[in-house]
This record gives sequence, C-alpha cells and structure tokens, in this order.
Amino acid sequence: MSNQSKAIEISALNKWYGDYHALKDIDLTVEHGERIVVCGPSGSGKSTLIRCVNSLEEHDSGSITVDGTQMKDAASINAIRAEVGMVFQQFNLFPHLTILQNLTLGPIKARGLSRADAEERAMRYLERVRIPDQAHKKPSELSGGQQQRVAIARSLCMEPKIMLFDEPTSALDPEMISEVLDVIIDLAEDGMTMICVTHEMGFARKAADRMIFMDHGEVIETGKPEDFFEAPKSARCKQFLSQILQH
Amino acid sequence: MKFRTAIAIFSILALAGCSSASGTWGWYVIDPRTTSGYNNIRFLLNGFGATILLSLIAAAMSMAIGLLVALPGMSSNRWIRLPSRIYIEFVRAIPLLPMLFWVFYGLPVVLKSFGISVSIDAFWGAIITLAISDSAFTAEIYRSGIQSINKGQTEAAKTVGLNYRQTMRYVILPQAIKRILPPLANQFIYIVKMSAFASVIGMQELTRRANELVVTEYRPLEIYTLLILEYLVLVLIISFFVRWLERKMGSDESK
Repeated sequence: MSNQSKAIEISALNKWYGDYHALKDIDLTVEHGERIVVCGPSGSGKSTLIRCVNSLEEHDSGSITVDGTQMKDAASINAIRAEVGMVFQQFNLFPHLTILQNLTLGPIKARGLSRADAEERAMRYLERVRIPDQAHKKPSELSGGQQQRVAIARSLCMEPKIMLFDEPTSALDPEMISEVLDVIIDLAEDGMTMICVTHEMGFARKAADRMIFMDHGEVIETGKPEDFFEAPKSARCKQFLSQILQH
Repeated sequence: MKFRTAIAIFSILALAGCSSASGTWGWYVIDPRTTSGYNNIRFLLNGFGATILLSLIAAAMSMAIGLLVALPGMSSNRWIRLPSRIYIEFVRAIPLLPMLFWVFYGLPVVLKSFGISVSIDAFWGAIITLAISDSAFTAEIYRSGIQSINKGQTEAAKTVGLNYRQTMRYVILPQAIKRILPPLANQFIYIVKMSAFASVIGMQELTRRANELVVTEYRPLEIYTLLILEYLVLVLIISFFVRWLERKMGSDESK
C-alpha cells in the first residue's frame, strides 16, 4: 500500500483561528523519501501547516492523507501519529525524566516494548545523535543543542516514516545550530522523508529536494533549491530571500 | 518559622500573665494540679484524635473527588467541561453549616427514598460535608497546577504515541504535583478549622468537648481560650509542614 501511496497528500486544506484565515486552500504532495524545507515570514502559516499533518492542530476543511491513511477519526489520527515524528522549536523534553527515560517512555508505554529492548533502541539513537554519554542526566543539565538532539532521538525511537521539524534551531544559541543541523542532514542522507520549517537557508540548499515558500497562509512558490534561490519567481519570495540572505 | 514560634510563645505568656490579674480569669478550671482540672484538661485534649482523624479522612476524600472533578473540567469539549463547572460553582456557593445539616438530617431521607437505608452518624456526616465542600477548592488547585504545565509537554506526549491517561500519569501529573501539593497542604488548614462545625451535629471533637465543659463548669473564657490554643498548635504544625514541603518541592523545580 505504502508503495503506491504518497507519503503525505494534502488537498484544499483550510484552517481558521476565529476570523483569521491561517491556511488557505493548501495543496501539497510529498513523495516517500522527499526532503522539503518550508520557509516564509512569521505568521505565514508554515508551522500551522506541519502541525496539521499530525493533528496537533485540527483543520477546518480539506483532506490530509499520510501514508495511505486518511485523517478522519481518533483511530486514524493515532495511526498517523505512529508514522510521524515531530521535533519542536522549544524541544519539549520531559524535564522530570532522565534522557534515557525520555526516549523509552513512548516505546514502552505506547508500543509495549520491554524496558531492555526500549533502552537498547534508545542507546542506538543516542549514539546516532552523538550523545550516548548523557543518557542518565536530566534535560536541564544539557545544553540547548544537546537537548534538541535528544528530542530528535526521542522521535526516532518511535521509528517514524516521516519526520516534521518545526523551526528546530530557532531557540538555539548560534554556536549550537550546526550540531543540530548536522544530525538532521544525516537523517536526510539516510532517506528519511521530512518536512522542515526553518530559516537556515544554507541547510536548505544542502538537504532539501524541494523548497516551499509560504506567506499569509498560502503556498506562494515551490521549486528545487537551486531554482528557488537563484531565480525566485514571485516578488514576495524575492523580497523575503533578500531580507534573510542579507547577512 | 521563628516568627510563628514567637507568636505561639507570646500568646501563651500573655495568657499565663492574665492568670495573676484580678478576678477575670479562673484558670483553676483547667489547672492540672487539681484532680478536677486535670480531668477537664484530659477531656478537652482527647478531642484532638477526632479532629485530626476527621480532617485527614475528609482531606483524602476531597483530594480524590477534586481530581475527578478537575480532569473533565479541562476538556476542550464544553459538554464534558460543563458538569465539572456546575459542580464547582454549586458547591462553592453553599455555606458549610447548611450543607452539614442537609447531609446529616436530609441525606438519609433522600437515600431511603431510593431504597438505600443507611444512617449517617455525626462522624461520617461531618466527613462527607467537609470533603464535598473542600473538593471544589481542591479541584481548582488541580486545574491551575495542571494548566501551568506547558502545552508543549502534552504535544510532545502525543507525538510519542501516549494516550490521554498515559500523558496525565507519566508526563503531566508528575510535573504538576510540585505545584499542587503545597496549596493542597495549605487547604488542609482550612479543613482542620472547618471541622469545628462538626460539633453542632454532636461529633465529639475539640470544639464539642469545649462546649460541653463550658456547660458544666461555666468557665467559657478559660476553656475557649484553651480551645483556640489547641487549634493554633495544630495549624502551626501543619503550616510548618507546608513550608517544608514548599522548600522541598521548589528546590528541584528545575530538574
């Protein structure tokens, strides 16, 4: 089934916050293995869009299908969340648990893995994000960059097919951004399907198959990174790129 | 802590000082050096057991009911939220004494009309009333404690596949407990003081015993003064425990 279906199919998606039209008729198809970077000014709806994909935000109309499962009831939402991992701007680690417990909570409680299996899996992914030695510390004892890498490992422990990144480096001190981006690039090179909302354009050039530019709740422009950066078509996109590439 | 100790010592000294003053005070009524005074003091102090037991059971029940009321009260569905809101507003609006009368005299009649024949004694009548009346406040303490936990925690729990019950149990409540326990313990002081109302339905706790002794000895000033000191000691001990709890909970907030 997953061979014929797309990773994500979004059609005619609309989302309102009261009177505010946050997403306007969004259509988006993501192939398996595709790496997408979404950018745009703040308030453009890019975070809302990816939060709709795993139903952290409810949409008002349109359809979302993830790996062949159409989102409609609680059961389908659970099925979709099982396929989709998410990394947040603010890390959202569980502060009362150790790093290892952060990683094993989902696999043990939601997937029914034994503690030993879950810990073995957790250590594997901690090595992958290069911090196995921090396993028994609390999140508050780690740097921001380390915390975000733990958050990535926590998502990977659920063995998702798709990863969503919601501005994963925006809350980080500058010197920690690259250690997190390196881990994400690593994942991208391994063929993980991902949508990443970010303003890190260097990263986008390196890792993205496709760029999406959003403004005022609409997809304004989409294209391969080389075309997108060298020859943006729309005026709004040109202006946005000139603003963030200035420095 | 030092401040409270000072208050306690000052109160006792001031009262002891009064004993030598004119004819206003007649401490003989509870003078442990005389047989009758000793018996009177024993009679009064024996009320501690009932007051403490009453308060502890009522507090435990209030904590359980409060949680059951608070959880649906935070639902995003307004129809699930509604009963919880009504319960809290309703219970908060009823003064303790009328509720106590209703439970003690009225509830058995209501239950009987449903074919349930139970007599509610003063002890359980007081406990049920205190627990229900207090549960509206504990529910609000739970709600504010749980809502103070960042929304991102719930979202992260969803993304690692936890359902609502698991999210509460493993993620939200362990963090919220630090913000809930100190105000809950504080609320316990309220229960201890309100337990004095149990005296009017005949519960043999501190206040009831003082009342009975006043009737036979006719020394209200001395006996009620001692009664107040009894509550003071009890509340000071609890509030010392609350401060200790706050320090303990506060110190590892970041971890």
